[in-house]
Amino acid sequence: MKILVPVKRVPDPATTIRVLPDGSGIATDNVKWVINPFDEIAIEEALRIKEKQGGEVVLVAVGQQTWQEQLRTGLAMGADRAILVRSEAALDTLAIARLLAKIAEEQKPDIIILGKQAIDDDSNQVGQMLAEMLGWPQATFASKVEFQDRKCTVVREVDGGLETVAFDLPAIVTTDLRLNEPRYASLPGIMKARKKELKEIPADSLGVDLTPKLKIKKLDPPPKRQAGRKVASVEELVQVLHNEAKVI
Amino acid sequence: MADVLRNVDFFNLDELLTPEERMTRDTVRQFVQREVLPVVERHFANETFPLDLVPRMAELGMFGANLKGYGCVGMNNVAYGLIMQELEAGDSGLRSFASVQSALSMYAIYAFGSEEQKNRYLPEMARGKLIGCFGLTEPDHGSDPGGMETRARRDGTGWVLNGTKRWITNGSLAGVAIVWARTDDKIAGFLVEKGTSGFTTRDIHGKFSMRASVTSELILEDVRVPDSARLPEARGLGGPLSCLTQARYGIAWGAIGAARTCYNCALDYTRSRRQFSRVLAGYQLVQSKLVRIMTEITKAQMVCLRLAQLKDAGRARPEHVSFAKRNNVAMALEAARLARDMLGANGIVNEYPVIRHMLNLETVNTYEGTFDVQTLILGRDITGENAFE
Ligand SMILES: Cc1cc2nc3c(=O)[nH]c(=O)nc-3n(C[C@H](O)[C@H](O)[C@H](O)COP(=O)(O)OP(=O)(O)OC[C@H]3O[C@@H](n4cnc5c(N)ncnc54)[C@H](O)[C@@H]3O)c2cc1C
Repeated sequence: MKILVPVKRVPDPATTIRVLPDGSGIATDNVKWVINPFDEIAIEEALRIKEKQGGEVVLVAVGQQTWQEQLRTGLAMGADRAILVRSEAALDTLAIARLLAKIAEEQKPDIIILGKQAIDDDSNQVGQMLAEMLGWPQATFASKVEFQDRKCTVVREVDGGLETVAFDLPAIVTTDLRLNEPRYASLPGIMKARKKELKEIPADSLGVDLTPKLKIKKLDPPPKRQAGRKVASVEELVQVLHNEAKVI
Repeated sequence: MADVLRNVDFFNLDELLTPEERMTRDTVRQFVQREVLPVVERHFANETFPLDLVPRMAELGMFGANLKGYGCVGMNNVAYGLIMQELEAGDSGLRSFASVQSALSMYAIYAFGSEEQKNRYLPEMARGKLIGCFGLTEPDHGSDPGGMETRARRDGTGWVLNGTKRWITNGSLAGVAIVWARTDDKIAGFLVEKGTSGFTTRDIHGKFSMRASVTSELILEDVRVPDSARLPEARGLGGPLSCLTQARYGIAWGAIGAARTCYNCALDYTRSRRQFSRVLAGYQLVQSKLVRIMTEITKAQMVCLRLAQLKDAGRARPEHVSFAKRNNVAMALEAARLARDMLGANGIVNEYPVIRHMLNLETVNTYEGTFDVQTLILGRDITGENAFE
């Protein structure tokens, strides 16, 4: 099975994010960059599928030259090769989905596994857009993926429960947190990744309209949490909860 | 206690690392975060080594990572140093295990073994199937290994070993012990396998330091080994001493990891704990301690990075390594003590990793050549005067 896994570079979730004073973006000095955690889960799932039934895992990223590092990490985890669609400008989700659709037409994967969302902008759009563009079935928020011949069954995490869907390949799956626990890149894997193919393609060579439809106007840091307040007695607590907070 | 393993990188030294080096660091850090931190306090309390981590460490490629061939990964010395740093950010005992396996035992075979010995032992050791230990120190000879009393006597085509080695990390865990012994003319190294008749081990208990690491005594009573168990290329004390240089190199990096964990803990703690009118981190005396640790960690990082470059270029002298071991371990010990102090009463309980690191670092200060022994090595280097005896 040929599996395509799109990968995004995001700030490490453990990093403290500082918004620039003019609200135009985040301060990137000293930020540690990692593979979007949901994409890591997608890579892990792809590797497990490949380990079970053979095939090829191809990573694709749309971004700058620095994104090579995250693709190399994915290769070190065990992916076979990677494609970096080079774009110096930050693109919106629609442009990215269009580029990925082009790559998919060219690579002809049996399945595309994506993270359900990127933890930086939390858009949760690319997988769905891509399914629409390719005209493929989609199963988002997957917590279990199984195959039987050219049929795929996915258990989805939906509000208040689980939903099981079945569909034919080719298809789009987006990963939820509980799908698997990604492996780390082993040291031999890191050494092997050196020699794996990482191909760069300029984004503007793919004949896709990249004009942004979305403009980020301003970023605001979340409001500072107010310090708690001490009350003298249980009576006072009940009073305050009732009269001021109006929760009881 | 959020992310005590995080970077301390005041000068953006991360930029000087290659993506592969950073990846290696991240892999080991994740391993420590997910698999070591949850169990290490229990092992330290029970005086046990987390043996079940060994196959995982092997699978990730951590043993003999800077050796080439024989199933080893063949990374450079920066990556190797970063592995040691991250392991010791978890626990010095875990780093000791990796040091003894890689830099002492595997390296001894790699540097001084016959082709047959290398093929027989190294791949198994890289895979974690075979654990090694390194027996140099004796009850009466620590800083002065040249005075060792363990003897190897010729007996037909083989050798007979007699003597006692003490303070041997992994001693009772090891399937193969590298035993250094005096022959008629020089000091030689022997590979003694577990179960060889006359060879027994006894663990040392009652340690207040390195409790999550096994430390043993090796007892050799008329142990017969064939000549093929002798490391043919080790001639004299230079053999074991060059292994110590390898291990000291890893310790110099490792100590930064321990210091970093203590610093991160103290920083988080003092930024949230209030006394009198404000958080502790708002007081000048506390800031002075934090700044001192951060400065020393940063300097130690720079020393290690330069040392790694020299080592990769084949230009590191043993004295360079002594400089780094001496400076970085003393720095880490001081950092741990200061951090312990800043945590107040919480600094003495195992809810925080600081006291464990502080106690461990007492060993790190002593083994592989004490702080003062490194001082004498450097003193000899710059003055030309040997102050050892
Ligand atoms: C937990 C642990 C694990 C260890 N693991 C191993 C191992 O795997 N393999 C191994 O072979 N050994 C191991 N060791 C032994 C360690 O290397 C020795 O303890 C160390 O070399 C110091 O020797 P010593 O303890 O005999 O101290 P001593 O040599 O007796 O030193 C005591 C003090 O005297 C000072 N001193 C010594 N000589 C001089 C001098 N000429 N001038 C001034 N001061 C001097 C020292 O600096 C020190 O402060 C381990 C030790 C510990 C604690």
